[in-house]
Amino acid sequence: MSRLLEVDGLDVHYGAVKAVDGLSFGVDRGRTLGLVGESGCGKSTTGYAILQLVRPSAGRVLFDGADLCRLDTASLRRLRRKLQIIFQDAHASLNPRLPVGDLVGEALDIHGLFPGAARAGRIRELLDLVGLAGHLIERYPHELSGGQAQRVAICRALAVEPELIVCDEPVSALDVSIQAQIVNLLQDLQQRLGLAYIFISHDLSVVRHMSDEVAVMYLGKIVELAGKERIYAAPAHPYTRSLLSAVPVPDPDLEAKRQRIILKGDLPDPAHPPSGCRFRTRCPIAIERCAAGDPPPQPLAAGHWAKCIRLSEGS
Amino acid sequence: MPLLSVRNLTTRFATDRGVVRAVSGVSFDLEEGEVLGLVGESGSGKSVTALSIMRLVPEPPGRVTADAIEFDGLDLMRLSEAEAREIRGARMAMVFQDPMRSLNPVLTIGRQTTEVLRRHQKLDGKAARRRAIELLEMVGIPMAERRLGAYPHQFSGGMRQRVMIAMALSCNPRLLIADEATTALDVTIQAQIIDLVKRLQRDRGTAVIWISHDLGVVAGLCDRVNVMYAGTVVESGPIRRLFHRPGHGYTVGLMGSTPRVDGAAAHRLTPIEGLPPNLIDPITLCPFLPRCRVAVAACHERPPAPRQFAAGHWAACFADLVR
Repeated sequence: MSRLLEVDGLDVHYGAVKAVDGLSFGVDRGRTLGLVGESGCGKSTTGYAILQLVRPSAGRVLFDGADLCRLDTASLRRLRRKLQIIFQDAHASLNPRLPVGDLVGEALDIHGLFPGAARAGRIRELLDLVGLAGHLIERYPHELSGGQAQRVAICRALAVEPELIVCDEPVSALDVSIQAQIVNLLQDLQQRLGLAYIFISHDLSVVRHMSDEVAVMYLGKIVELAGKERIYAAPAHPYTRSLLSAVPVPDPDLEAKRQRIILKGDLPDPAHPPSGCRFRTRCPIAIERCAAGDPPPQPLAAGHWAKCIRLSEGS
Repeated sequence: MPLLSVRNLTTRFATDRGVVRAVSGVSFDLEEGEVLGLVGESGSGKSVTALSIMRLVPEPPGRVTADAIEFDGLDLMRLSEAEAREIRGARMAMVFQDPMRSLNPVLTIGRQTTEVLRRHQKLDGKAARRRAIELLEMVGIPMAERRLGAYPHQFSGGMRQRVMIAMALSCNPRLLIADEATTALDVTIQAQIIDLVKRLQRDRGTAVIWISHDLGVVAGLCDRVNVMYAGTVVESGPIRRLFHRPGHGYTVGLMGSTPRVDGAAAHRLTPIEGLPPNLIDPITLCPFLPRCRVAVAACHERPPAPRQFAAGHWAACFADLVR
């Protein structure tokens, strides 16, 4: 297995708002990194910054060894074929004036793939790959259900044969039965095509289902990163712990027994984040020293670290 | 006598393409202090059921009929619009998914919270203000007195939803209807709001109808659940029975589609294939039949009648899922 993407010290700053601040992580070929956190934590901005859809203020984004942040527009455009993105609102991401066939064909045309006679056959093949019936080829986006529109968006992303797809809340707007269809489709496609995913979501249940590794974000920073089994079984950072305890489980007996860690208050103003650890104002175990400086990552096990000074106390 | 009794509620909407049967023949009872969950996906009729009970369906294009909707000794179907307005907000109150759309953006939080109290409880300005501060503090808004002068956009989503709950509870309603009230909120804020609703329900004995697509939230909050599909209740039961021994193909399908944070789900989800039916076309057999994985021969012959499995637990399904 090899590193496909390596992000190192990534910053996206808008004046005083440090939307993404010093992120470092990597994704292997054929694997999924889940990026979780609540609204405003910077998880979507991170996805956009990787694709250079927003330009990072600092840091490196190495894709197959090339730093995307340093590439000129033409080289970036060539490389972007390898990195695709799908969004929460698939309908809004599709041109309302093009029928499904042309929406997929457009993706091929932009990169000069399957020109001429091969084009129509390739479009059918791609639609089939994402489970869209052939008769939908003539339909316009407004005639599609939410699930069908997301399949078209996935189909467009696949048309250019990417190696990495950033999935930004791809199932969050869908009903649970349709959500399961798309989750299974994404898993099947990964298996068949060896895709790597960055799966961005606020839904910790779906992220558990989809990911190999999980990074938890709070106010622009990753506070904890670990393999999936590890982070769900033994979360270390107090934010991860409260987040996991807050997710309801569809079992009344388990729910009756669960201990929730209810956080105080709301997210602080991102333009004036707390000094030191950004979580300390809502943290149930914060001490005075937490205000002193940005906590360094504490290694906890192979591939598992968390940024909390209280973890070194052996508690 | 139950606090709320709904019999054969049917709500239709006239559209350009035909008449949509949003709710078809829904019947249920709600006891005092009980928390009833309404679960189902978009278009299943959960919200329209609630709006019909609240008499908030615009007629036309809507048309609400029922054999009876009795609430707290009143026949809601016979109330005039003016009488319904007196009940709403006072004896029954509703909280919606998007508090920004329920609050008036150009009026202060103080003005909006005191308005309910002045109207229904006939409090004067000073007393209403005092009571509004109490209520906002009760739902966990810090420095409530100073915040009365703030406008809705100056509050976060979680705080706005808390204001809505404070307003809904301000007249001590017997019934609170919450329609996806925590769906738009972050999960840690959702936990705060659910904690609050549980506490208020316990302290005041308010009956609650909790509408949600989230089986986890329902499992933690409700005493009983009605599962809705295509405008009908397809299964109803006490919370533990329904989750452990579901009796309808759709309920089983919903559970199989739901990933779990505790990892207890199978490695692969079992989605419900296809799409929900169009509610304009007449539905003669089980509405879930085209998507059902457990259908039997009888499903193709006649519509299923409710089958009782245990006290209070029934499902309209021919498949023998509960043994």
